[in-house]
Amino acid sequence: MHLSGARVMTEFVQKPAGPGRSPVYALVGNPNCGKSTLFNALTGLKQKVGNYPGVTVEKKIGTTYSQHGRPITVIDLPGTYSLAARSPDEAIVRDVLFGRRADIAQPDRIICIVDTTNLERNLYLVHQVLDLGRPVILVLNMMDLATNAGLDLRVARLEHELGIPVIPCEAVNSKGVLELRLAMSRADLPLPRHRWDIPAPIAPAVAELQASLVENDGKQPLIARAEALLLLTDQNPVRVAGSMPLSERTSAILAGWKKRWEGEGVDWSGTLVKSRYDAITRLCAEVVQRAASTGPGASDRIDSVVVHPLWGWLVLGAIMTVLFLSIFTLAEYPMNWIDAQVATLGAWVKGVMPPGDLRDLITDGAIAGVGGVVVFLPQILILFFFLGLLESTGYMARAAFIMDRLMSRVGLNGKSFIPLLSSYACAIPGIMATRTIEDTKDRLVTILVAPLMSCSARLPVYLLMIAALLPGDRVSVGAKVGLMLLMYALGTFGAFGFAWLFKKYLLKGEPPLMIMELPPYRLPRMKDVLFHMLERAGLFLRRAGTIILGISIVLWFLTAYPRHPGSATPQEQIAHSFAGTAGRVLEPVIKPLGFDWRIGIGLVTSFAAREVFVSSMAVVFSVDHFEGGKHADITPLRTALKAAIWPDGRPLFTPLVCLTLMIYYVFAMQCMSTVVVVKRETNSWRWPLFQTAYMTGTAWLVCFVVFQGGRTLGF
Amino acid sequence: MASTLKLSQLPVGARATIREFPGHGPAFLRLREMGVLPGTAITLMRTAPLGDPLEVRVRGYNLTLRKSEAEHVVVELAGGQ
Ligand SMILES: Nc1nc2c(ncn2[C@@H]2O[C@H](COP(=O)(O)OP(=O)(O)OP(=O)(O)O)[C@@H](O)[C@H]2O)c(=O)[nH]1
Repeated sequence: MHLSGARVMTEFVQKPAGPGRSPVYALVGNPNCGKSTLFNALTGLKQKVGNYPGVTVEKKIGTTYSQHGRPITVIDLPGTYSLAARSPDEAIVRDVLFGRRADIAQPDRIICIVDTTNLERNLYLVHQVLDLGRPVILVLNMMDLATNAGLDLRVARLEHELGIPVIPCEAVNSKGVLELRLAMSRADLPLPRHRWDIPAPIAPAVAELQASLVENDGKQPLIARAEALLLLTDQNPVRVAGSMPLSERTSAILAGWKKRWEGEGVDWSGTLVKSRYDAITRLCAEVVQRAASTGPGASDRIDSVVVHPLWGWLVLGAIMTVLFLSIFTLAEYPMNWIDAQVATLGAWVKGVMPPGDLRDLITDGAIAGVGGVVVFLPQILILFFFLGLLESTGYMARAAFIMDRLMSRVGLNGKSFIPLLSSYACAIPGIMATRTIEDTKDRLVTILVAPLMSCSARLPVYLLMIAALLPGDRVSVGAKVGLMLLMYALGTFGAFGFAWLFKKYLLKGEPPLMIMELPPYRLPRMKDVLFHMLERAGLFLRRAGTIILGISIVLWFLTAYPRHPGSATPQEQIAHSFAGTAGRVLEPVIKPLGFDWRIGIGLVTSFAAREVFVSSMAVVFSVDHFEGGKHADITPLRTALKAAIWPDGRPLFTPLVCLTLMIYYVFAMQCMSTVVVVKRETNSWRWPLFQTAYMTGTAWLVCFVVFQGGRTLGF
Repeated sequence: MASTLKLSQLPVGARATIREFPGHGPAFLRLREMGVLPGTAITLMRTAPLGDPLEVRVRGYNLTLRKSEAEHVVVELAGGQ
């Protein structure tokens, strides 16, 4: 599957062959140091966002132009604090820099970007990167903030000490980007003068490991040295080796040294890290003329309110209220508009095309199906906008900090909070927001339970059932709201319950860490937030689009075939279709829940999206002139449902059945977009299938207990 | 000899110097790599509203960690306290 070291250089190396080939740069830096801002400033819109095959890490490649207008490729790598990777994102940084990935060549040159206000910690990664012996350009970003804080830096001295170009920069204002581009255009970038004395007790081990990595693992000498250092920093050699397991010889050497050091009481990893930091401290002493003032800054003052034991909750509550209010109120207008456009488009196609299966396929299958998903786009966009805003101001980290204690009760950490919360509006942005969770297992558990949070597509179903359950205006609003809240509570408890179960039994792992930087608050830049929002939404559309189109067509086919002979009413047609057959086949399975085959049709068709259940019911119970959409008048449908009976004359939609049906929709995975997004995010069909199975299984079980229990109690 | 205590017992707002730091475990490796090392100055900024995790300041930036990790870190209160 993976090619060995020597063959890894493919894509870029082979393209424009010859000595004139322009170099490929990799951009690396700590999280939050302004890397994406710099990447955007360098490449503008000339960037390609994709995925690294095999993992769900975003791959961003862009093009910038040299002084003489020659294209230069820049790879934007995920933010990381160290090459000793813990998450898939961090592993990508290491693997690309080490030339381990088959899909991307080892970059020729590296741009290290640091947050100058936080120089020491940022230089740790630079120190590791310099080990690679490639030409490096150091970008001192956030110069404006550093200067404001009173930092005075001798840039020329730093350049001299490291032997590499050092460029002060303000990525947000594109200051320094020109200078960076000039440096990138240089044909003769110097190799770093990396003077670093590896601590004496460890140096022989590094040398021996390096030699073995070259000889037995086929690594290049400099990469071998960097890898040897990493093997001695991280305590888990399997994790360092990643997809390229160590040769037996190298493993044996490593184990031998560790055993020896354990006997002598040498803390090799600690010694290595400390010696790097010692070197950095010495370097900083040379180049920092005046340190930044470190009094309680504006951020600390804000935090004294925002994470205050009392005010903190109020702020969190207020932010969440605003978020949900805007999702539900603001999104309504564009959603109605999209609904109308989809209907118009469908009607237009119906008008211009001759009647027939092809026309129906296009209007009822493709347009209606895709329209049903696109209608949620406004909500998804607003959510991404808010998530971007929370992220770029720095509040996201605070929310995780506040909620960590509660989330740890079910074995997750605070970072799962925002994704789960977003899922109340729509699971898709929620699931896409889990990328900030470093731990793979935590991330997976969060993805698995996110769709249990009652999303807005469930609302139409809840509303219809409540209307059928509590007919007329005699019923107090309180009862309706109470029922609604009950559904939300069920979903929430379900999500946390399953999270606990999964963490305890299915995806056991090291207890999650909560080691997280709390970045200073920053004013967000609208341009970046909007850009981010569009990027995410585009990603969703592109990823889900074709599959959703496919499933829509299949679902249409299920309701339209086999054709009912003669001129059938829509009701007769759906009853005779595959969906109708499926409903009848399902009936024995769902009868214990109080559902008949007609409800079964609704369950089948609403796999496209939950709210499709409402329009399916309208067709099945032949409510004429039923206008779908969010604001449909459900009174005629409610009347039809009330009139529906079993063959033996018993009413079908008893209050107990309505309640059971609502509960079914709380738990069941009735959303193809979510299934598709989970497939994309977990990179296999295994997890979305498991998820669909466990959710729908739970739905059946809970409904069974509720319905049978309710009946025994005489409801 | 100045007083040493666990990082988890440090009063809010107090400055201290790290004296002992565990050598094993992924949490401690990551903390080290983020600059939390023996000899590093550390200030406990605050705790989360529910008492856990903690927010500390090291090398000029703020970092969170859980009490369960802070319990294994021994610090020495800075003078003058
Ligand atoms: N004042 C100032 N702010 C900056 C500068 N560069 C970036 N920022 C801001 O810093 C924040 C983080 O920037 P990003 O580009 O998202 O950082 P990143 O390194 O890509 O972060 P991750 O995506 O988390 O890895 C944003 O709010 C930027 O607007 C700068 O030079 N000066």
